[in-house]
Amino acid sequence: MSTPVTHRELRIQVPVLARVEGEGALDVVVRDGGIEDIRLRIYEPPRLFEQFLVGRSYTEIPDLVARICGICPVAYQMSAVNAVERLFGCDPGPWFRHMRRLFYCGEWIQSHALHIHLLAAPDFLGFESAAAMARLHPQEVTRGLRLQTLGNRMIRLFGARSVHPVGARVGGFWKAPSRGDAAELRNEIAGAIPDAEDLVAWTASLPLPDNPQPFTCVSLRHPDEYPMIADRIVSDGGMDISVDAFEAQFEERQVAHSTALHGLHRGVPYLVGPLARMNLNGDRLQAPVLDALGRAGVRFPSRNMYHSIVARSAEILQAMLEAERILADYTPADPAYLEVEPRAGTGYGASEAPRGLLWHRYDLDAQGHVRYARIVPPTSQNQPRIEEDLRLSLTRVGLDKDEATLRRIGEMVIRNYDPCISCATHFLRLNLSR
Amino acid sequence: MAKTPARITRRRPRLAVHKFSSCDGCQLSLLNAGEGLLALAGLVDIVHFAEAGVVDETAEADLALVEGSISTPEEIERIQAVRQRSRYLVPIGACATAGGPQALRNPADTGAWLAGVYPDPELVSALPTATRIADHVPVDLELRGCPVSTGQVLGALQSLLRGAPPVEEREKVCVECKRMGHVCVLVAKGTPCLGPVTATGCGALCPGLGRDCYGCYGPAENPNTNSLAGWLAAQGLDAEVIARRFEYQNSAAPPFRAEADRWHTKAAS
Repeated sequence: MSTPVTHRELRIQVPVLARVEGEGALDVVVRDGGIEDIRLRIYEPPRLFEQFLVGRSYTEIPDLVARICGICPVAYQMSAVNAVERLFGCDPGPWFRHMRRLFYCGEWIQSHALHIHLLAAPDFLGFESAAAMARLHPQEVTRGLRLQTLGNRMIRLFGARSVHPVGARVGGFWKAPSRGDAAELRNEIAGAIPDAEDLVAWTASLPLPDNPQPFTCVSLRHPDEYPMIADRIVSDGGMDISVDAFEAQFEERQVAHSTALHGLHRGVPYLVGPLARMNLNGDRLQAPVLDALGRAGVRFPSRNMYHSIVARSAEILQAMLEAERILADYTPADPAYLEVEPRAGTGYGASEAPRGLLWHRYDLDAQGHVRYARIVPPTSQNQPRIEEDLRLSLTRVGLDKDEATLRRIGEMVIRNYDPCISCATHFLRLNLSR
Repeated sequence: MAKTPARITRRRPRLAVHKFSSCDGCQLSLLNAGEGLLALAGLVDIVHFAEAGVVDETAEADLALVEGSISTPEEIERIQAVRQRSRYLVPIGACATAGGPQALRNPADTGAWLAGVYPDPELVSALPTATRIADHVPVDLELRGCPVSTGQVLGALQSLLRGAPPVEEREKVCVECKRMGHVCVLVAKGTPCLGPVTATGCGALCPGLGRDCYGCYGPAENPNTNSLAGWLAAQGLDAEVIARRFEYQNSAAPPFRAEADRWHTKAAS
């Protein structure tokens, strides 16, 4: 372009975002050297889950909400049973708590391993895809795929399959696995812990750009656990509320360029997900995870958004250690569930999906039938934060850069959040204009 | 090997994976394949698979796997274009073969449903129905299930790459369940199991956990849904509950839709 930078108008378009879960696009308009407009367009068609849940029994919720997302069905099932059980005044107790945690650890491991190796790492190492990366980094990629496979195995222990598992129900699980199956899995996990430690070192060694930004972190907080299922929501702005009070602190706005609603906390963007969890719950990590991070030289809390990939690897290690511990003490329960008594009212529940806070609300009648459902997934909460990050990151790189560079950076910024577009649309294409 | 046919040296088959309205769970049958995924990348040229990093929607493909249902005007146009550029087109999963859970809106007022979720529903482009791929374009093979499994998809790909038609599972969950030696949850526990009318392929997972099948693989061959539903009614199940049994991921598959409608009507009368 021959026009001087200060007067040039550039339109960058990425019509289909690769290596993200679901469908989205990015439109950026640059005018007179500044970003005039930035839109993370989510055009994933709405599937209207909250509407077809109405009229269904509470017993039908876990199998239906699983289908919101193929990558994090466990998260949907766990937030849902948590909401319903809180309404019914049912606390299944420590055995169920530990087994649900084990089930959830499997999902964190498989989802994070998939994102690190198949979706995110190729950005930092300059490859188009994981298959291309695998030709030069075969050991790292196969290690990642092994961890992903192990995470899926952990989900199958209670869920029978890893995508849309069938084992979870309100009150517990349909059936507890045998001691033999649990012992076999425990051995596999114990054998793979060194892989998870090496993974932390590897993600920390990637050429991650230094890109510190101001942002508010939001996550669940538990009295003693690294948060998966918990009753309090906290922020590094000092908020500490019950999950029941979410609607008073957080709002969802519709924008024309997205079928996912935009989440705001007191009117401003905020971050959920692995980096937010690490920044707020570092004191809940196990000693070997802190040691691995210490050796790798990465400190949390961190303001560098690209430390998200290191946070994911640390969470994999944390989940492996916890799962191994839970299985070491395993005894089956029969039945593997508690009978529950329906109660009319509004149930709120939340859990930490691999991508962040997943909040559910169900209004049930006396028979336990859904009268109203509201589901707030992590990606819709992160969407305004991603747009804010794009503004900061593209400006920092320099808006006078060539279009290919801006497109590449834009995609990398977005993928770093591991957006789950199917979830968010109850999400990407870059279209840059300048 | 006695002879190597000259044709073996021709270019590698081109594979495309397209996504429509869905949860991405069926693409995971490939992304969860572990080292099998790298092996597949060695056998075919992946020309479009956005989640795996390859984006070229306009690429010609020998085999296109299609996930998801058709639920927006844009998707109607896109599936036509995919059909034109693909030699074999294979819908995978309950959304692509029966509309999926989002087809639960088909009998409802989609406009009212959109207004229930979005403050400005007019900004959202959605058809009143979510429908299977075969309702819009000719398809060459359908792989059912919610979700399809890695073995099922890789097995079908292996067959197709060798020029043999894949064997389609249409027998009933019941048959597989008996072979596996599970206790019948319908007869012994009285749960409303859909095993007698549902196609197998899952491995009879739900009865294996002592729970009733909820029909993820869709209707089996010649499903006697009427007989099963009558039996459930004789066990004392409410008509509305019976209707809802047929309304999960495959509610728009004709035998399930018809049975659900019949029992909704009974419930209303």
